[in-house]
Amino acid sequence: MSDLSTRERIHPGTAPGEDFHLEIIGDGDFDTAEMSLSIGPAHPATHGVFRIVLDMDGERVIGARPVIGYMHRGFEKLAEYRDFRQIMALVNRHDWLSGFSNELGVALAVEQMLEMEVPDRAQWIRMLIAEWNRVLNHLMFIGSFAIELGAITPMFYAFREREDIQHLLESATGGRLHFTYNQPGGLKIDLPKGFMQQSVDLLAQLRKRTPDFTDLILGNEIFQARTKGVGPLPADVALSYGVTGPTLHATGVPEDSRVTEPYLKYDEVDVHVPLGENGDSFDRFSCLLGRIDASLDIIEQIHDHMPAGPVNQKLPKMVKAPEGSTYVRTENPLGQLGYWLESDGGRTPWRLKMRTPSFSNVQAIPYLLNGVLVPDAVAVLGSVFFVVGDIDR
Amino acid sequence: MTDLVLEQAVTFAAQSASLLTFDSFLLSVAAKIAFALGLFFVVPLVGGYMEHKVMARMQHRRGPVEAGPFGSLQLVADGIKFIQKEDIIPRAADKWVFAAAPGVALVPGMLIFLVIPLGPGVFALDLELGLFYALAISSISVLGILMGGWASANKFSLIGGLRAGGQLIAYELPLILAAITVAVQAQTLSLVGIVEAQSTFMLPGTDINVWFVFPQIIGFGIFFIAAMAELSRPPFDMPIADSELVFGYMTEYTGIKFAMFLLTEYGGMIIMSALMVVLYLGGWQLLPGVPLPGCDGAGGLFDCGWLGTLAGVGITLGKIMALVFVMVWLRVAYPRLREDQLQRMAWIVLVPLALLNLAVVTVAKVVF
Repeated sequence: MSDLSTRERIHPGTAPGEDFHLEIIGDGDFDTAEMSLSIGPAHPATHGVFRIVLDMDGERVIGARPVIGYMHRGFEKLAEYRDFRQIMALVNRHDWLSGFSNELGVALAVEQMLEMEVPDRAQWIRMLIAEWNRVLNHLMFIGSFAIELGAITPMFYAFREREDIQHLLESATGGRLHFTYNQPGGLKIDLPKGFMQQSVDLLAQLRKRTPDFTDLILGNEIFQARTKGVGPLPADVALSYGVTGPTLHATGVPEDSRVTEPYLKYDEVDVHVPLGENGDSFDRFSCLLGRIDASLDIIEQIHDHMPAGPVNQKLPKMVKAPEGSTYVRTENPLGQLGYWLESDGGRTPWRLKMRTPSFSNVQAIPYLLNGVLVPDAVAVLGSVFFVVGDIDR
Repeated sequence: MTDLVLEQAVTFAAQSASLLTFDSFLLSVAAKIAFALGLFFVVPLVGGYMEHKVMARMQHRRGPVEAGPFGSLQLVADGIKFIQKEDIIPRAADKWVFAAAPGVALVPGMLIFLVIPLGPGVFALDLELGLFYALAISSISVLGILMGGWASANKFSLIGGLRAGGQLIAYELPLILAAITVAVQAQTLSLVGIVEAQSTFMLPGTDINVWFVFPQIIGFGIFFIAAMAELSRPPFDMPIADSELVFGYMTEYTGIKFAMFLLTEYGGMIIMSALMVVLYLGGWQLLPGVPLPGCDGAGGLFDCGWLGTLAGVGITLGKIMALVFVMVWLRVAYPRLREDQLQRMAWIVLVPLALLNLAVVTVAKVVF
């Protein structure tokens, strides 16, 4: 056995006066030392500036420490200096892939505090756009997870669909990522002419094309070999970490606030929540795919329900929420998004606390990465769906 | 009967001379080197351009369109860009090893092109041990990759280099076993001789001419998979694995050294495809039993005029590109395997299968 306490310093740097050295551990016998590998903050597998430090024995991970905060932008503090309409343009930026769903949470919170009645049409339109936003988000993760496993093609297919959806949403909201379409009491403006017909057409097109993803990725033998049984997450562990969204559904827990605590008009439509069994990467991914189909089902029902009428209310020049506090949770594409809004009766929130799904999901990563190989670590990182801005806020 | 034909074929191969041999020794050497280098620097570019375009087509993109007609000069532009880039050597790197690694990986590729026959008489050398030479030289590349991975003083490079080492050594074995089986059937190690043997190989008991891919379909499959793994092409690109290891052993390389590694990969694709064409797909024969225009000799493939020679070269290049196309297709269609799954496939599936293939072919050779 090698004596790992032997350490030798060598100085490969040739410039004089530089204190740069490498350390050789062990006396060269056939025994190995542990190595720590820093994945990120700039690494292809972390899509953003997420950093994770792996302690490794060869290629096996024996410990993982996520290091977050590289993208902290102080949204909670910024929100204290914006009035209740302006924070819509702020909150759709922390999780940039589900901008509309984020706005929705704040809008609901403000409306709850004002005890405001929102017109029916506005609620249905909000649901419609929120579900399209969910599809948009999930398509992104389909592409990026496939890329992490080395399949480059699904990304392009996913982006083809994303482009069409973004085009549709752009026609109504003017934005492709940051929609800023909500305001307390409803929506900024009504849908443009012909929007519903475009939405129906797009739905038919997506219905035709989503089976491609199932065939291309889920049915692929190598994909199955890479993801089945990789990074299994038991339901109790998931719940103890506060994991939500498709990552939680994969463990078999049907917690979805659209079903358990319906907001908007979700109690008037059927919401199917696809569930997994083992909570491994494969289940997480198939839940994500299943949620696209579920969202398309909801969109179809919304098309049938869409009422006529106004989409907003006349607002005073300055919206002021009365003194008090409220908590609103919505089912965001990545999981439960909660806003705790406290007002002192002034023109800005006194405090806006965010409970973001990515932040909670990432907490489970050290547990999941214990004992896996580096390639599996990437498969786990890709299937615990998170957006870096949503972690760091 | 078959033995007699083969015997004649082997004798003929020994007589068939390279078109690149001239009276002057220096001229011959210059022509042969120009032939190998020309192949090495031009054909991989064509393969690379095809990869750009085919991948783009399969992925709803257009691929390169700006440089040259239909973007065909994109890789030339890339090459010029690589030359202009700053050549960075990491401070902690083992400088000489780091600098030598791309060369060690690249040169074997050039050397293999010396023995690859493209058409009747169109080859630099017809070594009696051609196949042995090609396989032996090709395994030197792994040394360059290991050197690059070790000398970069980067953990990603180190893991990538060691993965490459393990993978290339594991897949050498099924590759060589599959190639040996062809040599057994052809009774020669000369690559020209193997093409001849295929043009005269009849299905036992009939006079239907077939290529070796027909009796050795398993061997061809093994060779193809092993070649993909040797080249670290997706789905076997774990040594590079850009989503895990950034860029594996190439992570720290920039500029022309990086380009040399890239050229090694594309050159390798052409070499492996060319070997498959020669070993299994009948070389420059258009279809089994079809002689080239204006040629005679074994199977109507030798002693050609300029028309037959050109046609032969075109057919070989066409077959090579068809195989490169399949490699690109696989890259587009499949995710990456895991290193341990790859090793398991090599040692548990491919090696026993290749041995079985060798045994069956050897017995069949004796019986028929």
